[in-house]
Amino acid sequence: MPRQRRPLDHPSRRDSFGSAPEDEGCASKLTQSGVGQVDFAAIFKAAFALVVGLDPGFLAIVGLSLRVTLSAVLIAGLIGLPLGAALALARFPGRSVVIVCLNALMGLPPVVAGLFVFLLLSRSGPLGPLGLLFTPTAMIAAQVILVLPIVIALTRQTVEDLWSEYRDHLRSVGLEGMRAIPTLLFDGRFALATALLAGFGRASAEVGAVLIVGGNIAGYTRTMTTTITLETSKGDLPLALGLGLVLIALTLAINAVAFGASRIGARYAG
Amino acid sequence: MMRDVTSILPLSLESISFRGEGRKLVDAVSLVVPAGGVTVLLGPNGAGKSLMLRLCHGLLTPSEGRVRWAASATGRAKRHAMVFQKPIMLRRSVEANIDHALAAAGVARMERRERAQAALGRFGLSERATQPARLLSGGEQQRLAIARAWSLRPELLFLDEPTSQLDPAATRQIEELLTGLVAEGITVLMSTHDLGQAKRLADRVLFLHRGRLIEDSLAEYFFAEPQTMEASAFLAGDLIW
Amino acid sequence: MIAPRRLLLIAGFSAALAGLALAQTATVAPPAASTPAAAGTRFITVSSTTSTQDSGLFGHILPLFQARTGIEVRVVSQGTGQALDTGRRGDADVVFVHAKAQEEKFLAEGFALERKPVMYNDFVLIGPKSDPAGVAGTKDIVAALKAIQEKSAPFVSRGDKSGTHSAELALWKIAGIDLDQKKGSWYRDIGQGMGAALNTAGGMGAYVLSDRGTWIAFKNRGDLTIAVEGDRRLFNQYGVMAVNPAKHPHVKVSDGQAFVNWLISPEGQKAIAEYKIDGQQLFFPNATQAGA
Repeated sequence: MPRQRRPLDHPSRRDSFGSAPEDEGCASKLTQSGVGQVDFAAIFKAAFALVVGLDPGFLAIVGLSLRVTLSAVLIAGLIGLPLGAALALARFPGRSVVIVCLNALMGLPPVVAGLFVFLLLSRSGPLGPLGLLFTPTAMIAAQVILVLPIVIALTRQTVEDLWSEYRDHLRSVGLEGMRAIPTLLFDGRFALATALLAGFGRASAEVGAVLIVGGNIAGYTRTMTTTITLETSKGDLPLALGLGLVLIALTLAINAVAFGASRIGARYAG
Repeated sequence: MMRDVTSILPLSLESISFRGEGRKLVDAVSLVVPAGGVTVLLGPNGAGKSLMLRLCHGLLTPSEGRVRWAASATGRAKRHAMVFQKPIMLRRSVEANIDHALAAAGVARMERRERAQAALGRFGLSERATQPARLLSGGEQQRLAIARAWSLRPELLFLDEPTSQLDPAATRQIEELLTGLVAEGITVLMSTHDLGQAKRLADRVLFLHRGRLIEDSLAEYFFAEPQTMEASAFLAGDLIW
Repeated sequence: MIAPRRLLLIAGFSAALAGLALAQTATVAPPAASTPAAAGTRFITVSSTTSTQDSGLFGHILPLFQARTGIEVRVVSQGTGQALDTGRRGDADVVFVHAKAQEEKFLAEGFALERKPVMYNDFVLIGPKSDPAGVAGTKDIVAALKAIQEKSAPFVSRGDKSGTHSAELALWKIAGIDLDQKKGSWYRDIGQGMGAALNTAGGMGAYVLSDRGTWIAFKNRGDLTIAVEGDRRLFNQYGVMAVNPAKHPHVKVSDGQAFVNWLISPEGQKAIAEYKIDGQQLFFPNATQAGA
């Protein structure tokens, strides 16, 4: 059915980005077709308009997504790298149980992590007085829980392999036990960068956890993935897919940079 | 060079045994390693040569008996170092490999640089200083491993089959280096299964068979008239068990 | 090799570091998200329904409210049941939903001191143009539901305890159809929001009950169209309640109450009436109507 739109009526975009768009958005009016007939030109056009238009609301969403995800990866790295290395070197009863659990946790559904943090941070929960629910901090916390098992498990694997190669020499020069960790983390840096990237991939792609603990509040806790969910639910599929393209492009760019850096570094380190 | 007046040598093994895989891999070995010269551990594969070196160096703890040094030889500056069969190269530059070992031994940053430079010069690796250690050739890697051990200023240097993975030219180079180290006053305890190498380097031979020390004699006597059947067979190139 | 105690030490140290980092981000949290709306530090959290959000109403009225009072409104949009639970837990200062019976329960439990009617819109029965149940263009929603059930025409239910879901269940009841008995493969309970339900209905040529606002703003209509509208029983009342500080002492009472008061003030009511898409008014203010 043909519909007419008045130029300024873009509830979806105004809503999604928390700021009113000034241009006659391309995405909104390109969508009169049904689910099966979404044309790809419209998707690319939507993605293109998002990037070129530099809508401040859109930039804020991208910025928030990156900030939340990178913070989560940073924190997970600070905790996970030493912990994973310690786990690689330590021998204690129940160690294999811990390792199996960590490997399993790598597949933890984001929604479950989200729910866990939600119950923790809810005003009625144990950490309620902090008032952190529906804030970016809560989203970071939830993503740390998602990323941490990946970082710990992959670090343990990397460090354990390296330790079996280095053990004799490190023990010979007196670096036993925990004193060996800095050397192993440093020499494993390229493999460990991959572990952090894997964590970044998981965090940047997930929507379940940030939706629950962030609340998808326009202009405050709305990330790229929750916007995609919202736009899908509003039926603006080209805009949703356009955002998806932007997200993929960002992830691609970050991976390419990391890959390039680690290639150069790995060539140097041999 | 500030060296403690008291030497860690002689090193005494007092009836040490090491159990593994349900049996004694090293069986009641007693010996004394005084300062000076090259002592070669000789014996067929599985005789326990490598284990002996590790027990002496402290990488393994004997199941029975004890390893006794004349002065404290544990902790950071333990004054004995080890070079392994397959050189273990850290994923860093040649110089950083030496620097790392010195840092582990608690040497201050300024001194580390000096000592690393000295080691690189001494072993002809100065031009390679900034290259990744793992991209060196096999011979160069082993040379770096020795340089790294040397930079720690050991009184006693353990080497576990240091040339078994090298070609003859590189082997000769390493042997020359070792002779130089001995001339410097460093005591060498090494294992090899290369009879020629043993003949070229050894001042004293320890012949191991099935974890037991069955001959301990000066090299010239060992090669001229071995005392045991096993040693005779080994020298003759027969397979012995 | 390593004593468990040392491991614990390291774990503790790492955790402390992480806590520090987290605290750090907490303090710098707002600036990076600084769209115009997030600039202020004075804000309230409102839990509301997907229909108010997806229809774009908030995008229209919240800037007006903020301009007037300086209070930023952070909206968490969920199904009505979930939105009320968010209020019950104290995670919102104000709830703004549309399911009168559930709202009255919320009041009775003491989670709010009073409920104010704000506005209404209506539900419409959406269906495929092919109209397998033969109900297109009729006005009797009850008869239409009966026809759908008799012909086992596909029907998508929100199934998420939302206001729309409650309204749908109430209508089946009025139609005398016991869903537990009659539910078959034709009745598809998807447990998702309004937009998702419309997408699903479009995808499988099913009927679905929607609020008119979401329908008007919905973009992926495809083969869907309005089948039944105009029945008085499709009336959809919205109410607003400030969460009772006696239950949750931390709620922002005065700012929350300011939002409630503004919504039912002539200015707020006018803002609601002015929100239109394609020239169609989506919500009809009725704060002054007794018993709404």
